[in-house]
Amino acid sequence: MTDPALIWSYLAQGPLLWLTATLVAYVIGDALFRAAGRQSWANPVLIAVILLALLLGATGTDYGTYFGGAQFVHFMLGPATVCLALPLYDNLPRVRRAAWPMLAGLVVGSGMAIVSALLIARAFGISGPVLASLAPKSTTAPVAIGIAERIGGQPTLTAALVLLTGIFGAIVVTPLLNALRVRDWRARGFAVGVAAHGIGTARAFQVNETAGAFSGIGMGLNAVLTAVIAPIVVGWLG
Amino acid sequence: MITALSLILAFQLVGEILSRALDLPLPGPVVGLCLLVAACILRPALAARLRPTAQGLLSHLSLFFVPAGVGVVAHWPVLRDHGIGLALAIMGSTLVAIAAGALTFQWVARWTGAVDPSALKGRGDD
Repeated sequence: MTDPALIWSYLAQGPLLWLTATLVAYVIGDALFRAAGRQSWANPVLIAVILLALLLGATGTDYGTYFGGAQFVHFMLGPATVCLALPLYDNLPRVRRAAWPMLAGLVVGSGMAIVSALLIARAFGISGPVLASLAPKSTTAPVAIGIAERIGGQPTLTAALVLLTGIFGAIVVTPLLNALRVRDWRARGFAVGVAAHGIGTARAFQVNETAGAFSGIGMGLNAVLTAVIAPIVVGWLG
Repeated sequence: MITALSLILAFQLVGEILSRALDLPLPGPVVGLCLLVAACILRPALAARLRPTAQGLLSHLSLFFVPAGVGVVAHWPVLRDHGIGLALAIMGSTLVAIAAGALTFQWVARWTGAVDPSALKGRGDD
């Protein structure tokens, strides 16, 4: 029989092991999410990330090696974003009727996300590149990284802050908006898309199709608006 | 399914090319999304053809964020250095943005008469 260490060193180099691990971690996360009655605190992304982080730590694997396998899953974010066109198309009559509420919700939600984040961070003495990295954290990752580069932030830190924002938003949206008695699925979805991009949108689709469609629109519109206002707000508060 | 996937990738590819060629503030997949909506309006049959594959991908949208999420762990030292300030900034601003965005949307919908009774959450829903 071959030495297990040799098998390990072979597997640790190729994409198969980490691709499998990513899918299995997600299947476990999704099963726990269902077992918890689809409660938002049992977020499948969060569970899968924690399991994989523990596994990487236990096996001494660096992120670059892990990503070599997981990149195939990561790649599917692009096609999945394109697919958001279908729920948007299916909800077009609703979208047309909601133009004014969307515009108002976008300006207020997007502006609040940037200004309040920078004010809180500044109160804790955060400034310079870290502050600039924080400004675009509510937008979808590729846009946020582009904005951060333009305003003097650190792209990799921005990517991490974007992910944390998305997971936190996906967890708090249901209890928060229940407490505020917001019953309009369009408002619920749109607000979480603006504040918590694709991870918020994934949560919205778990709950309601219309909320998911509006969340996708909120995410797209906020990407445009943040690209315009983040440099201005950072110049003003930075 | 392969035809549908090819079409979806083609929209992403065109979106990516346009985004870079025209120096748009939107990433390629979001441009592809806009193009696909326009294409579905012009040709409703396209929507029917892509729907099963699109629903399959969207039902597991969360999965595709896992690899990037693990990247948070790789940046743990920077996050820890600014820990409390960054954590409170993210949590506070996300709560404020979701609440303000949703309340504004709802308020303006009532004000402009754009309320949609079919999009209201039932009392029994989660």
